Amino acid sequence: MADIRNFTLNFGPQHPAAHGVLRLVLELDGEVVQRADPHIGLLHRATEKLAETRTWVQSVPYMDRLDYVSMMCNEHAYCLATEKLLGIEVPERGKYIRTMFDEITRILNHLLWIGCHALDVGAMTMALYTFREREDLMDAYEAVSGARLHAAYYRPGGVYRDLPDRMPQYEASTWTSAKKAGELNENRSGSLLDFLEDFTNRFPTYHSEYHTLLTDNRIWKQRLVNVGVVTPERAKQMGFTGAMLRGSGIAWDLRKKQPYAAYDKVEFDVPVGVNGDSYDRYLVRMEEMLQSNNIIKQCIAWLRKNPGPVITDNHKVAPPPREGMKTNMEELIHHFKLFTEGIHVPAGEAYAAVEHPKGEFGIYFISDGANKPYRMKIRAPGYVHLAGMDEMSRGHMLADVVTIIGSQDIVFGEIDR
Amino acid sequence: MDALMNFGQGIFGGIWPAVWTLLKIVLIVAPLMLSIAYLTWAERKVIGYMQVRIGPNRVGPWGLIQPIADGLKLLMKEIVVPSGANKAIFIIAPMLAIAPALAAWAVVPFNETLVLANIDASLLYIMAITSMGVYGIILSGWASNSKYAFLGAMRAAAQMVSYEISMGFALICVLMVSNSLNLVDIVHAQDQGRFASWGLSFLSWNWLPLLPMFLVYLIAGVAETNRAPFDVCEGESEIVAGFHVEYSGMAFAVFFLAEYGNMILVSTLTSIMFLGGWLSPVGFLPDGILWLFAKVAAILFLFLWFRATFPRYRYDQLMRLGWKVFVPVCLIWLVVVGVWMMSPLNIWN
Repeated sequence: MADIRNFTLNFGPQHPAAHGVLRLVLELDGEVVQRADPHIGLLHRATEKLAETRTWVQSVPYMDRLDYVSMMCNEHAYCLATEKLLGIEVPERGKYIRTMFDEITRILNHLLWIGCHALDVGAMTMALYTFREREDLMDAYEAVSGARLHAAYYRPGGVYRDLPDRMPQYEASTWTSAKKAGELNENRSGSLLDFLEDFTNRFPTYHSEYHTLLTDNRIWKQRLVNVGVVTPERAKQMGFTGAMLRGSGIAWDLRKKQPYAAYDKVEFDVPVGVNGDSYDRYLVRMEEMLQSNNIIKQCIAWLRKNPGPVITDNHKVAPPPREGMKTNMEELIHHFKLFTEGIHVPAGEAYAAVEHPKGEFGIYFISDGANKPYRMKIRAPGYVHLAGMDEMSRGHMLADVVTIIGSQDIVFGEIDR
Repeated sequence: MDALMNFGQGIFGGIWPAVWTLLKIVLIVAPLMLSIAYLTWAERKVIGYMQVRIGPNRVGPWGLIQPIADGLKLLMKEIVVPSGANKAIFIIAPMLAIAPALAAWAVVPFNETLVLANIDASLLYIMAITSMGVYGIILSGWASNSKYAFLGAMRAAAQMVSYEISMGFALICVLMVSNSLNLVDIVHAQDQGRFASWGLSFLSWNWLPLLPMFLVYLIAGVAETNRAPFDVCEGESEIVAGFHVEYSGMAFAVFFLAEYGNMILVSTLTSIMFLGGWLSPVGFLPDGILWLFAKVAAILFLFLWFRATFPRYRYDQLMRLGWKVFVPVCLIWLVVVGVWMMSPLNIWN
């Protein structure tokens, strides 16, 4: 008699639920997963190596392309690490703008996550609902940076420029009538802050729609509850961070534990789970969106009242204002040096981490005093979470693997770097 | 009609009855194919509007030509046979899937007389024929020589077999109360009773006294046609496209036609057995085929609505629902109906 072997299934890299280029070699007994072996590297772009040949500012756009659904948070970690080496302070307004955009990014990321997660579990309508809301936040990105995805808005020393006073407008065209364009422009008549305030007022309604569709849905609960359980001990041992850790009941949030930017001045709660299963992680992330919404509101209120500089006035780091450059010899020299050589960073080492929507995203620098980093190391949360894949999916069914991938919220831009 | 018969007799002579039957088959299948095409269009439109988009709108006004364009595209495409596939079975499988979906229509009555074969055991015939549909899916999954397709086929086999049981039980209840296996008689049986005599015939249709069976049949029908949330055998995000992952061109389209044909069939059968077929819901409006179409459309809308709303069941949860919920409910209600019919409260005599 022929011996019975397990069924080996190559899950990805071309697979609807592979979230990019995950290649998972699954060993199945019937439909039950015996072993899950994630293979990575299909999206490797050598970001860390590239940074060694780029000036400090030139690497900022590479950060956007790491976790390409939470762009500004990646930039934030990079800028924090650079500032730590330089020993400079960011102006207060710059800190608040960063806080606000970090939270916008968190909502963006979580919206994409819940959309894709629900799509993977089979509820495809969620993906289209969340993209409706993402559109508004993308417009906010566009208003400050000109780009909807890869913003490159943060700079060592602050942010590139102050918030704009007007929003981009829709124009009437063959496909958009003048009336329709007028309706679309209704909440874009004011400044970016007005637009965002309008969004934060609308968002809780959308958020409750998602809850209606999913939270108490029996099928959704059957698919998520007790799937991919991680105990608090194992979560810590495996180095999980972010919602993966908080879902297991550990209240660890860098925004609270090591406040950066303006997080010590805004009020928010850190939701934690109880059982450490996919459903708890779902609830944690859902609540995080509402908390982010509150933080954005607080930032808007502060930013309205407190005008000021948004980037450091140390012109060895940040370029001088353009008018100054035209009239002042010293500033012309600064400008020339900055845009030819770049920033000179003192020799040393620094690690800075932010509470990225996916977990702890850290940048580690070694500088030898040149205008380029000697070595950059990226600590990507998704990489660590993916390493827990085997443990989380063992003994579950094939369909649960899809749930777990969704629940880990992995993005290959940061895992493969 | 007689003139037509005599004319046909004159031209074809002895083979006229066969020609006449063929004509009738064309008259059923051609509109059916058209409905299938436009059901895909309706699905994309309805789900589109549910998902804050507008669905197809480029080909023809409101995208009305879209299904034709899709059909043409699929006709032109090559049918790629994977190198390791069992070629004969690979080609036969889609035919096996669509044949029962079309053959079942032979006994479906559209009104009193509009039925291809008004046979006495039409309910039995339907149950026998629709059970065949699963072979196409199993064989396609097997013949593709692909792991995803194989998993899909295994899932389909288990799922279809288990839901057939609860479906069968639901139909046995209908059979008991109508005292007939003939679909025309089953509709007629729903036109009697106290409510019907008051002119409220929609309350005397089978759905009310057999409410649990109606729901079981409807849900099992969704499962039987492999539609969301029971679409585990194609499970887009798990096993890519399941049993038809290796199919392309018209071979794929035939599976698609079979799926949508089955949807329409299940909706029609639900209307006939539980919603009074062509009967008008209230006494003052005439009965007619339009009522049947309206009921079918309403149930088809439910199919689309489910797809836009629900996440997908996991394979084992699907089996649990079938065996641990539906089968017991059916068995209990079967006894309840039996006792009810024997008791003085019997409403079906």
